[in-house]
Amino acid sequence: MNTPKRIAVISAGLGKPSSTRMLADRLALESADVLRERGVEVETSTHELRDIASDITNNMLTGFPSEKLEAVIADVTGADGLIVVSPVFSASYSGLFKSFFDVLDPASLAGMPVLIGATAGTARHSLVLDHALRPLFSYLRAIVLPTGVFAATDDWGEAGAGGQSALTDRIARAAGELAPLVEASERSSAPRDPFGFDSVLSPVGGFQPN
Amino acid sequence: MHMQFGIFSVGDITQDPTTGITPTETERLQNLLTIAQHAEEVGLDVFAMGEHHNPPFFPSSPVAINSWLAAKTERIILSTATTLITTNDPVRLAEDYAMLQHLSGGRMDLTLGRGNTGPVYPWFGEDIRQGIPLAIEKYGLLYRLWREEFVDWEGKFRTPLQGFQSTPRPLDGVPPFVWHGSIRSPEIAEQAAYYGDGFFANHIFWPASHTAKMVGFYRQRFEHYGHGTADQAIVGLGGQVFMRKNSQDAVREFRPYFDNAPVYGHGPSLEEFTAQTPLTVGSPQQVIDRTLGFRDYVGDYQRQLFLMDHAGLPLKTVLEQLDILGEEVVPVLRREFAKNRASRVPDAPTHAARVQAALAAEQVDASTGVTTAASAE
Repeated sequence: MNTPKRIAVISAGLGKPSSTRMLADRLALESADVLRERGVEVETSTHELRDIASDITNNMLTGFPSEKLEAVIADVTGADGLIVVSPVFSASYSGLFKSFFDVLDPASLAGMPVLIGATAGTARHSLVLDHALRPLFSYLRAIVLPTGVFAATDDWGEAGAGGQSALTDRIARAAGELAPLVEASERSSAPRDPFGFDSVLSPVGGFQPN
Repeated sequence: MHMQFGIFSVGDITQDPTTGITPTETERLQNLLTIAQHAEEVGLDVFAMGEHHNPPFFPSSPVAINSWLAAKTERIILSTATTLITTNDPVRLAEDYAMLQHLSGGRMDLTLGRGNTGPVYPWFGEDIRQGIPLAIEKYGLLYRLWREEFVDWEGKFRTPLQGFQSTPRPLDGVPPFVWHGSIRSPEIAEQAAYYGDGFFANHIFWPASHTAKMVGFYRQRFEHYGHGTADQAIVGLGGQVFMRKNSQDAVREFRPYFDNAPVYGHGPSLEEFTAQTPLTVGSPQQVIDRTLGFRDYVGDYQRQLFLMDHAGLPLKTVLEQLDILGEEVVPVLRREFAKNRASRVPDAPTHAARVQAALAAEQVDASTGVTTAASAE
């Protein structure tokens, strides 16, 4: 009964190393820490979209995912919670970030707790969280946490009161919001029916032609 | 005959990327008719024509094409890939395909599909969001029109019928065999299983693991509905090949067509797509080996169709491909697929066999004194 909960992490950063990945790692670590403090076992898995960028494009063109992409999709959609972080490109999330969510079954993130994060050079882009990422995941009927975490370049060098920076505060607050939802989630352990039907057909075979 | 082998065509008009030549509609249609007739000449069993209502595809009426072919051929079964069940009127389908059945002497069947071109639905007054309910209701009516003399019917998607009799009545009282085609909808596999009809898996655009799952599901449901054991369900598969004696030549020649093909062009490499889907580009022996491998994940099946005339391939090349298929590949496939085939696995459906089965069923009814209506099944 004590199967660990699972958090999937998506980073759309392109650089190596990337500050987007750095923020994703901080969010994942903090969330896992909070869960462990609550006595919940948790596993996190992090996926850099850069590594599957051509697979995502191919999926758009052929309509099916490569094995590598399929494994990432299964990991993400079957998680108990999702952390997503994109760099800000041209006033929004990056095209690669959007493309990944475009190839998912639109219903597959319904009810998923999602912690949104974004990075950029300056704080002038911070509203991208609420104007771009939040509506995207609302559309996918995910549960978007009230706190999103934005990190500008300066945030990584900012000193805060008592050694705790504002960024660290935000990370802790967001992780605190994600943890109870992950703890309550049954997503990763629920049986999944690959042949799930819409309402026309009952799950026990009650095919109803006219 | 255990298995039927043949070709299916989507009927795309595509520029030949190596010459820049795009055939006219007239040329492409004439070429296609030549290809279909050559399929019979090289000993193939089935030619299946697609239905589309938007360029670059020209075959809006596969039943018209197949009727012409019926007059020009003698042996080949004329099928479709697919007939749109969502946007055609089932009454019209019942009439047209029963007519083709008579014209061809039973040398026909059809594969129903929903179609995946969004605007076709509104062009024909339908709603794409109702795709599955449309396929279910319309086939429900088509099924009855071929089995009941006078039909009273009421549904959501067409005007009601009172005492309607579809003509001509099916040839020898046996309705055309129906396959249900689908790439990804288990509802369609369920529908095929419910009626005990055939299930045709497109197969060519998706990984084998996906096809295996869909066919496995269909077989299980076929058994559930009491039509026989799972391995007695009627399965057809698509396939896509390009062959030359030397596999390197095949790859070199086919690559520009692959790279620029509609649907998957400009995406994965030929090598990636070959690994991920049943596409085989190589020697006839490689095609034989790969095709025989399909049985490993779908079980013994009844029909194998290949896509051969697309992506701008010139007529001459397609005819050469048919020669190789007919002379070197299919005879070996027939022999090898027959090995270890369980005796209870049914042969591929033909009109003659279905007439015999109907007669046998009538005799059973007569000997037991039970009278049943519509014993054609």
